[in-house]
Amino acid sequence: MTRTFLGMPATAPRGVGHLREGEPFPAAARRALGDPQLRRNLGHATTTIRAKSGRVIGELPDWQQLRDAGSALKADTMARLPELLEQLESAVTAAGGTVHWAADATEANRIVTGLVRATGEQRVTKVKSMATQEIGLNEALAAAGIEPVETDLAELIVQLGADRPSHILVPAIHRNRAEIREIFLRAMPGVDPALSDEPAALAGAARAYLRETFLRTKVAVSGANFAVAETGTLAVVESEGNGRMCLTLPETLITVMGIEKVVPSWRDLEVFLQLLPRASTGERMNPYTSMWTGVTPGDGPQQVHLVLLDNGRSAVLADEVGRQALHCIRCSACLNVCPVYERTGGHAYGSVYPGPIGAVLSPQLTGVADNASLPYASSLCGACFDACPVKIDIPSILVHLRGRAPHPRAEAAAMAAAAYVMDRPRLYAAAQRAARLGRLTGRRGRGLPPPLSGWAASRDVPEPPPATFREWWARR
Amino acid sequence: MRIALFATCLADTLFPRAAIATVRLLERLGHEVVFPAEQTCCGQMHVNTGYARDAVPLVRRHVRTFGPYDVVVTPSGSCAGSVRHQHADVAAAAGDDRLAARAAAVAGRTYELSELLVDVLGVEDVGAYYPHRVTYHPTCHSLRVLRVGDRPVRLLRQVRGLDLVPLPAAEQCCGFGGTFAVKNADVSTAMLADKMRHVLSTGADVCAAADASCLMHIGGGLTRLRAGVRTVHIAEILAATETGREAPA
Amino acid sequence: MTSRDVILGRIREALRGYPAAGAVPRDYRGSDDEPADMDLLAGRLADYRAHVHRTATIGIAATIARILGDGRVVVAPPGLPLAWLPSRVEVLIDDGLPDERIAAADAVVTAAAVAVAETGTIVLDASADQGRRVLSLLPDLHVCVLRPEQVVPRVPQAIARLDPRRPLTWISGPSATSDIELNRVEGVHGPRNLHVIIAEDGS
Repeated sequence: MTRTFLGMPATAPRGVGHLREGEPFPAAARRALGDPQLRRNLGHATTTIRAKSGRVIGELPDWQQLRDAGSALKADTMARLPELLEQLESAVTAAGGTVHWAADATEANRIVTGLVRATGEQRVTKVKSMATQEIGLNEALAAAGIEPVETDLAELIVQLGADRPSHILVPAIHRNRAEIREIFLRAMPGVDPALSDEPAALAGAARAYLRETFLRTKVAVSGANFAVAETGTLAVVESEGNGRMCLTLPETLITVMGIEKVVPSWRDLEVFLQLLPRASTGERMNPYTSMWTGVTPGDGPQQVHLVLLDNGRSAVLADEVGRQALHCIRCSACLNVCPVYERTGGHAYGSVYPGPIGAVLSPQLTGVADNASLPYASSLCGACFDACPVKIDIPSILVHLRGRAPHPRAEAAAMAAAAYVMDRPRLYAAAQRAARLGRLTGRRGRGLPPPLSGWAASRDVPEPPPATFREWWARR
Repeated sequence: MRIALFATCLADTLFPRAAIATVRLLERLGHEVVFPAEQTCCGQMHVNTGYARDAVPLVRRHVRTFGPYDVVVTPSGSCAGSVRHQHADVAAAAGDDRLAARAAAVAGRTYELSELLVDVLGVEDVGAYYPHRVTYHPTCHSLRVLRVGDRPVRLLRQVRGLDLVPLPAAEQCCGFGGTFAVKNADVSTAMLADKMRHVLSTGADVCAAADASCLMHIGGGLTRLRAGVRTVHIAEILAATETGREAPA
Repeated sequence: MTSRDVILGRIREALRGYPAAGAVPRDYRGSDDEPADMDLLAGRLADYRAHVHRTATIGIAATIARILGDGRVVVAPPGLPLAWLPSRVEVLIDDGLPDERIAAADAVVTAAAVAVAETGTIVLDASADQGRRVLSLLPDLHVCVLRPEQVVPRVPQAIARLDPRRPLTWISGPSATSDIELNRVEGVHGPRNLHVIIAEDGS
């Protein structure tokens, strides 16, 4: 038996939360590719954001230096994570907040549900948060008889449409304005039946619908973009003001945050507040950023909780190559530039973390076997690496995880055979000749076995030349 | 200059014209080209599919084969990228630090064709003549692994008779990605469809690139459509002259 | 063993043999003392659909009067200079106003702590002339008065000036969303109208 103790890095447990693929990526992607409306919506949205982001990044003469600093800050944070978390805990506690530690999704859900129950409230407002999506908090709250109300516009669209989020930043990116109007007309109580599909009108409808809820709900649940160890300051970066509502109006505020979100010092925010908005929404600065340190008497929630979540992060940290996936600041720039994501959308990835970062993060949080197809959901084109504001080398992590993924037996045999032949030039030359003589399939590749038949379904098989290069060379 | 050619397994077997053109071009420019016959494959397919251990003998073979040469050229951004950015890591991960050091040394002397021409040989006008309307696909690994930048385009601009038309969304992947093209054949095809749409929108009769693998992919799609656009390796364009044969074979 | 011990133990185990990270390179433009460009601030604010008014200090009240119009209900933090507030509006000074009354007001007038020229951002830190966070959140119109010495060129200077122990609200234009087809649309939950008055000759 292997020696284990409670302190061994652990992956996220099964049966709770939304980190695992329901079916392999190629099958889910195939379905998504067949939806022309989805393709159009994604193509339009990602093209728009790429142009916007490129423009505002181009305005900064020191963008690359900021990236270098962001990358180094994250590496430094990971190296000092235990002490920084302890420092954060003391600072938050000193400022009047309460810190909780959740080893996994189940424990985090239990902590949050218990805190809400203790207030006697039956409804919570929620600020968009990847961590609470990851752990399936809404389901856990609903099971405890507590109604979670998503207040971010895109999350609201997803919740009202009984849909799933498909993007880190814009969970309803797969919907266009006409579809959003339909969802609102169908599912938003009290909506004006004459609602138009103008984005401003749709935003206005959400404002009217949620206003009373904001004013009457006494508990809110948020995530956090950053937590400063030095000062105990938490930050939420947002656009609409729903975050400010949730962080200001309730009596009780519960923040659920992955342990990797801590930053060492107050000053470090000067880097991340420049990187994040330009990389994510393509703005010089997002409309609203709220920062709070514990409790401020007479201003905002007087009960402030912080739940620090592991749920597989320690297992990611234990992987020397893969740990840099924890540097992610959830900007979603990698999604917006990814040619695979642009065509399949986020649902095909199964996990709440889609796109290139999801393809490296989800399999590490769950263990590669539970998301075995995700490391292969990339052509390794490298666009994500270039776009990442903290320079996460996603292609290298993908390749690394492919090495740890379970391999189909036939594929492994073919790879071993190919390597054997390629290490023997005579055999290799003979194989080249055989390939030419044995050209039985035709350009359409009839009779090719899978997976090679997948090539020939849409692409001609190359015509073998009259002679290989080495034959030509030998004859000259 | 004495230059060792790493032809790559794909060009050697299926697209020898790219390698032959590389030889003719460099010889025309007055250099000596040698082809070490012990070479086979850089092992990139193994590494990128998750079989790095199977690639170790291939890395060892490559390092042994090309170790003796001062300058190595390959007509492939992707394979140059593998040699430069993967070989030492593959060796180190297998615990062979000596091999890793030797691989790093070979990597430092290995150039993709446009890098060799512009950076090492200091030439942009290679005296080529190619009277066609050409659009250029920059290929992901040339752009984002090797960072060859606009070197290929600078070379193409000097080619007489050549009408270079910009490719819309040029920097987007064509969808090849090695075994990605078969493991995720549907996504790969969707990416290819957009790449072909952009190629056809240029009205070019030739789509050029510096990688036989991407050209095999784009070309395989274009011929399936009977699109009437040829895919040609940039080496073939640079090797073509007014007096010589346009297509070396 | 508490979950705290479990998590910290796991992280320490994961970090065994982790190389100590090197120094953080800070070669980006830092928090040097440089003059802020008021025109840049005005342009960047306007870019994100804030209304910008530039006036001498003496003109603050008149500018606010013009923005608000007659007979409106206006919320003000307790430390706001009363001279800024026009006579023909009903002023509610915040002494712990209930949320409903703040929400029912037409507008709020505040000062600010810091403004960032490069990003078109104002930052409120809940000082007496800015008030509780809720004041600048619920009314649909927010008028914010800036003094020139509060304007810094870039984000690093703002961070250097701000006190993280105070609740901070960074505001860049009116409430907006990018959630519909990734285009910025103004007007969701926060104030849909943001007016920034830059009082040019200091206070």
